[in-house]
Amino acid sequence: MFLQTVLMALREIRRNTLRSALTMLGVVIGVGAVIALVSVGRGATQKVTEDISKLGKNLLMVSAGARVRGGASSAAQALNMVDMLAIKREISGVHAVSPGSSSNQQVIYGNKNAATSITGTDNNFFEVRGYSIDKGRQFTQGEAQSGVPVCVLGATVKTELFANQDPLGTQVRVGKVSCQIIGTLVSKGTAGLGQDQDDLILMPLATFQRRITGNNDISLILVSAEEGLDTSIVAESIRALLRQRRHRPLGSDDDFNVRDMAEIADTVTSTTTALTALLGAIAAVSLLVGGIGIMNIMLVSVTERTREIGIRLAIGAFAGEVMMQFLLEAIVLSTLGGVIGVIMGLIGSFFAARSLSLPFVIPPEIVALAFAFSALVGVLFGYLPARKAAQLNPIEALRHE
Amino acid sequence: MTAPLAQPGPAPDDTALIQLRGVQKVYGEGESEVRALAGIDFDITRGDFVAIMGTSGSGKSTCMNILGCLDVPTVGSYRLAGVTTTDLHGDGLTLLRRHYIGFVFQGFNLLSRTTALENVELPLVYRRVPAKERRKTALRSLDLVGLSDRAEHTPQELSGGQQQRVAIARALVTDPELLLADEPTGNLDSARTQEIMNLLVDLNKMRGITIVMVTHEPDVAAFANRVVVFRDGLIVEDSRPERAH
Repeated sequence: MFLQTVLMALREIRRNTLRSALTMLGVVIGVGAVIALVSVGRGATQKVTEDISKLGKNLLMVSAGARVRGGASSAAQALNMVDMLAIKREISGVHAVSPGSSSNQQVIYGNKNAATSITGTDNNFFEVRGYSIDKGRQFTQGEAQSGVPVCVLGATVKTELFANQDPLGTQVRVGKVSCQIIGTLVSKGTAGLGQDQDDLILMPLATFQRRITGNNDISLILVSAEEGLDTSIVAESIRALLRQRRHRPLGSDDDFNVRDMAEIADTVTSTTTALTALLGAIAAVSLLVGGIGIMNIMLVSVTERTREIGIRLAIGAFAGEVMMQFLLEAIVLSTLGGVIGVIMGLIGSFFAARSLSLPFVIPPEIVALAFAFSALVGVLFGYLPARKAAQLNPIEALRHE
Repeated sequence: MTAPLAQPGPAPDDTALIQLRGVQKVYGEGESEVRALAGIDFDITRGDFVAIMGTSGSGKSTCMNILGCLDVPTVGSYRLAGVTTTDLHGDGLTLLRRHYIGFVFQGFNLLSRTTALENVELPLVYRRVPAKERRKTALRSLDLVGLSDRAEHTPQELSGGQQQRVAIARALVTDPELLLADEPTGNLDSARTQEIMNLLVDLNKMRGITIVMVTHEPDVAAFANRVVVFRDGLIVEDSRPERAH
C-alpha cells in the first residue's frame, strides 16, 4: 500500500512536470547553496591549515620583545646564540633549533635587482622550515663558523635575478656584501595569508651577524618540537626557561614572544569554520523558503484536486490514506529536490574550488544533513495541506466545481 | 399504488438491505436551522431497483448521502445490511462504503489524466488487492460495461456515455450489494441515457445488485421497479409502476 501511494505520488508529480519542477526549485537552491557554501568553506579551511603547516612541522617561533596589542613590541633584550643553545639543551621534546635572523635587503646581479628578505641561519633551518636544496649544497661546517659570504637563493629570487641561467658559483651583491651563490631551494609556494615562502636568501648566521647587522643578536629562534608532542607544552617550557634566563620578576609580563604555529592554525581554522557555519545558516534560510514554496503549491493542489479527494473518499479511501498520499507527494517533491540540490551543490562547489584553487571537499555529514532536512521540509510543510485534504467532507468535495 | 403517509414504520424485515427509521437530518443551528429530512421511514429489500425523485431541496440528496454512508442522520437510525451507522463516523463509515456500496455520479467523477483501467482499479487499491489480481478484476468489470477495448484511454478520450460506463465499472469492481447512482444520466443525451439505463437494468436483473438512483426525469425513473418521491424532507409518494420496458 505504501509503495502504491509512493507510485501515486510520483504519477501526480509527473502529471504536472512544470509545476513540480518549479516547486522543487526552492529546495534545490536551498540544498545546493548549503552544500556549495559549506564545501567551499571546508576547502578554504583545509587550504589555510595546509598552508600554515607548510611553514614547518610542529614549529615554534621565539622572538624578543613583548607581544603588545596594536603597537610595536617594546624594546627588550635581544636573543642570542646562548639562548638558542639553552633551549636545545634544556627543553625536552625539542627536535631541532635554528636561528632565523632576517633583514630586508636589496640584492643586485648584473643590471637586475630585487628586494628580498635575507635570513642568517644554519643547516638546521632546512629541516625546521621544511626547505630542501634544489641545486648546489647546504653550508659547510667551515662556512657556518667562519662567516664567509656564501648564500642559498630561494626560488623566487633565483627567477627574478637569473631567469633560466644557472646561478651556482656566481656572485651577487646583498646589501653591501658580495656573496657567492652555493645553492638554490626547491619552491615551497605561498603560505597562509599569501606570503611567498620562496622570496628569501639564506646565509650563515655568522656572516649575517658580522656583515649585515653588525651584532650578535638573533631576531628569531625557530624550534621544531618532536613529532606527536603537544606543542603548547613545549612552548610553555620555553617560556619558563627564558623568563628564568632573562630574570623576569614574578608577575611581570614576558619580554619575549613564543608563537606556536599549531595554535595559530587552530585559531585560523576556528575562524573559517565559524564563517562556514554562518554561510551555511544563511543558505539554510533559503531552504526554509523553499519549504514554504512546497507548502504553498500543495495547498493550491489540495484545492484544485478537491473533487479528486472527494472521489477517493467516496470509493473507500480512509482519511488517513488521503493524508498519506498528499504528505508523500510533498516528501517525494522535497527529497527529489534535495537529491538534485546535492548534485548541483557539489557540481557548483567543484567549479568554485577549481577557480579559487581550493581543494574540493565533499562534506559527507552536511550532504546527509541537507538531504535529511529537505525530507523533513516535506513532512513539515506537507502536513498542513495533507491534513486539509484528509479533513474534507466527501459530499462537499464531490460537489466542488 | 401510493403508500399511505405517516403510518407506523414497517416491521423489521431481515431481508431489507436498507432500513431507515425516523430519520431526520438538520443542518445549522438556531434561526438558520434547515431540516433537510423531516423524519422518514424507508426500507429497501435486496435486489430492488429504486428511483428517488423530487425537486431540489426536497431532501433526496441528503437521503442519498445518508444511504451512501457519506453522512449520518441527526435523529433516527439507518441500518445498512444490519449495521447501524448512527454511531459511526470517519473510518467506520468508510469501511461500510468499502464493503457494500458502489457510487455512480452525475458528473462521472473519473480521475482525469488517468486511464479507464486505472480508474476502475482505484477502489481495489484502497482494498489492498494485489496488482495482478486488481488488473484482472478491473478488466472483467470493464468488460461487463462493454469497454474492455478502451482500458488504456483516459476520460478525455472517451465520450460521456463511455465515461459513465467506466464510472459504473468502477462502482461494480468491488462487487457491491448496493449501487447508488446520483442522476447517472443527467449529463447524457437520450441515446446514451437509454444505453446506461439498459446497463443498470441488466445489472439489477442479472447480477441481483440493489440499485438506488436519484433522478428528476420520469422517463429515467420509469426504468426502476419502485419510485419514491420526496418533498420538503418527507416521502410523499412510494409506488411500483408497471414496467414500461
